[in-house]
Amino acid sequence: MSVSALIVLIYVLVLASYLGFELISKVPPTLHTPLMSGSNAISGITIVGALIASNEMGYGTLSKWLGLLALVLATINVVGGYAVTDRMLKMFKKK
Amino acid sequence: MNIGIQLAYLVASVLFIMGIKYLGKTKDARKGNVLSAVGMLIAIAATLFTLEVFSLIEIGAAILVGAAIGLYYSQKVAMTKIPEMVALFNGFGGLASFSVALSDFFFKNANEATSLDAINLTSILLSVLIGGVTFTGSMVAYLKLDGKVSGQPITFSGQHLLNLILLLAFFAAAVLVFIDPSQEIYLYILVGLALLLGILTVIPIGGADMPVVISLLNSYSGMAACATGFILNNNVLIVAGSLVGASGIILTQIMCKAMNRSLMNVLLGGFGQTVATGGADGPAVVVKEIGVEESAMLFDSASSVIVVPGYGMAVAQAQHVVRELMEQCEKRNIEFRFAIHPVAGRMPGHMNVLLAEANISYDKLIEMDDINEDFANTDLVFVVGANDVVNPAARTNPESPIFGMPILNADKARTVIVSKRSMGKGYAGVENELFGFSNCLMLFGDAKQTITKVVGELKDMA
Repeated sequence: MSVSALIVLIYVLVLASYLGFELISKVPPTLHTPLMSGSNAISGITIVGALIASNEMGYGTLSKWLGLLALVLATINVVGGYAVTDRMLKMFKKK
Repeated sequence: MNIGIQLAYLVASVLFIMGIKYLGKTKDARKGNVLSAVGMLIAIAATLFTLEVFSLIEIGAAILVGAAIGLYYSQKVAMTKIPEMVALFNGFGGLASFSVALSDFFFKNANEATSLDAINLTSILLSVLIGGVTFTGSMVAYLKLDGKVSGQPITFSGQHLLNLILLLAFFAAAVLVFIDPSQEIYLYILVGLALLLGILTVIPIGGADMPVVISLLNSYSGMAACATGFILNNNVLIVAGSLVGASGIILTQIMCKAMNRSLMNVLLGGFGQTVATGGADGPAVVVKEIGVEESAMLFDSASSVIVVPGYGMAVAQAQHVVRELMEQCEKRNIEFRFAIHPVAGRMPGHMNVLLAEANISYDKLIEMDDINEDFANTDLVFVVGANDVVNPAARTNPESPIFGMPILNADKARTVIVSKRSMGKGYAGVENELFGFSNCLMLFGDAKQTITKVVGELKDMA
């Protein structure tokens, strides 16, 4: 990877972190548990990396098995995280 | 680099951001979660387009297995067990990033056409370190929360020195990998060190400090995804990972502030151990007991009630009977609210979810700073399974280990009833001065059973 590509990635990291701090500090304490389970689901974005890794054919099966393991785990995170967050948020009602 | 796929990743990133923005309002929160999930679907679909057709069967199988486990667990888990689930999922996220990093390392090492440059290697090693620590750390947190391992801090002398040495050893081995990446033995050493560090850094932390730990591990799982984004030169991983990283850090800060402790103090662990012996020397508190019938009479004659829920309510699964109690009081036009301390329960917002599950309207759940003034004008405070968060020693006794921690001013109410299993001490191992106050009455027994009886009495009175 070139240094200029790295700089672009660092830009994205810094700006996204700043935006994250701004947005998340506005989430009310009532929703902190769904926020955590929802961010569990978002951290499942590694699924994209896992898909790419699982695709790597021919060079050492270890590489591929690790990719598939990551894929199962990241999918659990994504599906389980979003589903349980929805289940929780459904219960928050105002009467 | 395919432009269509990059654009899809951009859309996904925007949807993640919008999803979190919608979480800022309780009524829009569910919509936000759906937006975020759509973003994830777009990111996955776009990536699938880049794959070789002949690996699709294995990939499809892996996704099906993961989806089935995730869906089953998410529907089956009890709301009292959400902290365990979040801990477990943090660990899975960490292990996934860790595995992707290793996979990339082995792939590039075995392939003549691709070589590992310094940027690549640094990202891989960071992902291995953060992902590995997140994985084993979260597993220990899960076992502690679930009671499979004692929630007591596990400490030994030289513990912090050992952790420091292991971390330095990690960096030393990392240098060796840099010098010659084809010597895979050093990578295996790194893997072992990262996994060991995760275990050793979480074992000294006590059960009730878990809200801080799982918030921090939540943040780590995001950072691990970020590091993986640097390995793969992938922006959507970095955006999503940073959002999660930021979220975990903010929650960690809130939790530490609510306990009046620094993050360092929590992480060094052992809290509650040394003070437990100090607390035993203090004078025993003389308490007054109250029965079910008298409790019911106090509720009946009150005009305002505030309930202070704590982890004990979750353990006793008493949230549903508390709602019945609320219904009885509201029938009598008694003002009935809940005071929520930020560290009540085992994770941020834990009490809110339990009470929402019991079908209690969220506008009755009031944050500490908004309700603390009202205790003095309240007839009756009912403490259910909470202890340290209502201990006035935090305000008045500079000797107390919890001195300076912001607490709910339950003691200022006209009368306080404390539902408690026995006279055990709170997590901090200190006597609760409140229990000896003249306006405080103890209702001993399992919270669910005793409150059910109180509700029964109230029904008979009506």
